Amino acid sequence: MKHFAWVACAALAFSGAMVARATPPRSVNEVAITDAAMPRLLSEYGFFTDAPAQLPGKGVTPYRLNTPLFSDGAEKLRFVYVPTGSMARANGENLLDLPVGSALIKTFAFQQDGKRRLIETRVLLHRADGWLALPYLWNDEQTEARLAIAGARLDLVTPKGEAISYRVPNKNQCKECHGLNGVVTPIGPKARNLSRDWLAAMVDAGHLDKLPQDVDQLPVWEDRESANLTAAARAYLDVNCAHCHRPGATASNSGLDLRWEQQDPHAIGIGKRPVAAGRGAGGNLFDIVPGAPDKSIIAYRMSTTEPGVAMPEIGKETVDSDGLAIVRKWIEEMAP
Amino acid sequence: MIRLTIAAAMLASAAPVLAETHSVTPGDGAQERLQEALIMAKPGDEIVLAAGRYSLTDGLSLDVDGVTIRGAGMDGTVLDFTTQKGAGEGLLVTSDNVTLRDFALENPKGDGIKSKGADNIIYHRIRVTWTNGPAPTNGAYGIYPVESDGVLVDGAKVSGASDAGIYVGQSNHITVRNSIAEANVAGIEIENSRNALVEHNVATRNTGGILIFDLPGLPVMGGGNVIVANNLVVANDTPNFAPPGNIVAGVRRGTGIMVMANDRVLVEDNILSGNPTAPIMIISYTQAFTDPRYDPFPRNVTVGANLIANGGYDPQLESAEQLLAAFGGELPPLLWDGLGNPTSALYVAPGTKGWTLGLTEQGKGLTGAQPAPLTNVPAPVEIFYREGIGAPPALLERLGG
Repeated sequence: MKHFAWVACAALAFSGAMVARATPPRSVNEVAITDAAMPRLLSEYGFFTDAPAQLPGKGVTPYRLNTPLFSDGAEKLRFVYVPTGSMARANGENLLDLPVGSALIKTFAFQQDGKRRLIETRVLLHRADGWLALPYLWNDEQTEARLAIAGARLDLVTPKGEAISYRVPNKNQCKECHGLNGVVTPIGPKARNLSRDWLAAMVDAGHLDKLPQDVDQLPVWEDRESANLTAAARAYLDVNCAHCHRPGATASNSGLDLRWEQQDPHAIGIGKRPVAAGRGAGGNLFDIVPGAPDKSIIAYRMSTTEPGVAMPEIGKETVDSDGLAIVRKWIEEMAP
Repeated sequence: MIRLTIAAAMLASAAPVLAETHSVTPGDGAQERLQEALIMAKPGDEIVLAAGRYSLTDGLSLDVDGVTIRGAGMDGTVLDFTTQKGAGEGLLVTSDNVTLRDFALENPKGDGIKSKGADNIIYHRIRVTWTNGPAPTNGAYGIYPVESDGVLVDGAKVSGASDAGIYVGQSNHITVRNSIAEANVAGIEIENSRNALVEHNVATRNTGGILIFDLPGLPVMGGGNVIVANNLVVANDTPNFAPPGNIVAGVRRGTGIMVMANDRVLVEDNILSGNPTAPIMIISYTQAFTDPRYDPFPRNVTVGANLIANGGYDPQLESAEQLLAAFGGELPPLLWDGLGNPTSALYVAPGTKGWTLGLTEQGKGLTGAQPAPLTNVPAPVEIFYREGIGAPPALLERLGG
């Protein structure tokens, strides 16, 4: 119900904007998505009717994930675009199978002087030769975002009041998380981490062929205290770690597999020795020691921001204390 | 004359698009300029790093096949990561047929250069240095190719790594040669890899010089077909400074060449001196494990003729004094833990003296050890089959012989 209200709210804001402006929404520039070039400006895609306000254009649908990836507390605005005349296909609990011409758009924002400041917008474009990930950096005037393939750093303050040097990833770093078996792939929009209502609305809108099975399995992060503890912790690890820690991905050589569906205790780290952790092990012998978060490498690496020790390796300048708390609690209550 | 011109024009048009050279210089914005060059490069391009010191705050990465990154020498071009704020390594390579040559990395916060799933990669005259010397706060690996087929490390120099200076993991067809590994926990380590040739290297001042390991529970298993020959393995006497928890934290100070749980390894024609625990150590995996794919014992390990002096005089072993007394002041140069098939675990060339811990059970540590001189070990019976061991010939040719 909560999701439905949220989507409806976004839709209202959208239609409100239309009325206020009394102009038809700009349509998405599908050539910019599928053409071989790398557009220099975010506006070239036409994803938004009002980009500074993040009001999506026609066919661009906002969504949220039940359990999201932590990014230093950034507010994240997610959108999906499915091209005219085609639709995404359901693929069980897994990623929605988005057709060529689709785009995933994610804007990162922080509060500054009481206002929302857009930092970057990352786009994933589904082209004929595969997915392409590109980062766009917003200007100080908040009027336009420009391609920043080499990434950037900028100083800002997180919602918890921590002053950080925020890292906008470079194009290759996008692949560090989005790479699977050597190619770029989306991570977020898996049916198991999307609400049933939102998926149903996508079907009704003609963007999705049918309601996938096994949807909505991961707990809603804000409701984690009342959710099943194992589900909340495993959801967190799936979303925040498993894009690298799984077979075929960046950290495959570690042998650690933190995917939601992985049921082998050793593979998810219980009693598993580190391989190439170096000082990241922090003097501990195992990834997870049941009942002992203080002896578990996973908790140790989540608890620091020191390069070479901190996990995740990129996209993190601060400790996610909420995420750490749920993982520690899960380990704490785990039967030895 | 006209014909010639036409022929030349045809030649030109048939030629592939010319590879480009991208020049990068140190100074303001080096991070972005260098990273942008790495991203915009096309296959076959060369990125030339002018001499000087590049102050970098984030890890660099390359994901384009066939690119060469060339500096002005390992003392001329220095990528300085002393102020690194993020990423798990200094440089990450994830594409194939890449050549890295003639530059250095200093003080990366994590690993130095990691190449993962990067087939046919060359590291030539690359230096990775933690300038404060051995410290547990240093990064883990200096040169770190993993999950790759075709690896050539030539003329590299790594010091200060808190795990292994040159570490090749879960890979195939590997050559590590002409390189210097100094003051690391492990100098050179080949782990869960096959067909590796480790030759003409210098390993000194490490805790352990050259380690050939096979570990359980990894995606790539079954290490073996390894030759360790013609290396200078001297004075590996730095106390172990690895952070606890890692497998190399268990390496005893003063280990020269160590083979653990591998199949078909040849250790021959090396010079070993000043390795006070054991010049050569052949052992089983020491810990308990559950991986059914894993064989924890050494198999078919051949210790040929090596030149060994000054070994085993100050072993970092339990009951060291009694052992020294029993063996007359210095332990024999070859140490076997006694585990594995007694007729095929180990073959030793006549004239090499050894001793056994006399262990009877894997995974129980030194419990039940019954040290004794090594007798009745079979001598090598056949010529070691070398076909297919080492980096592919094409890699050696790319380097120019």
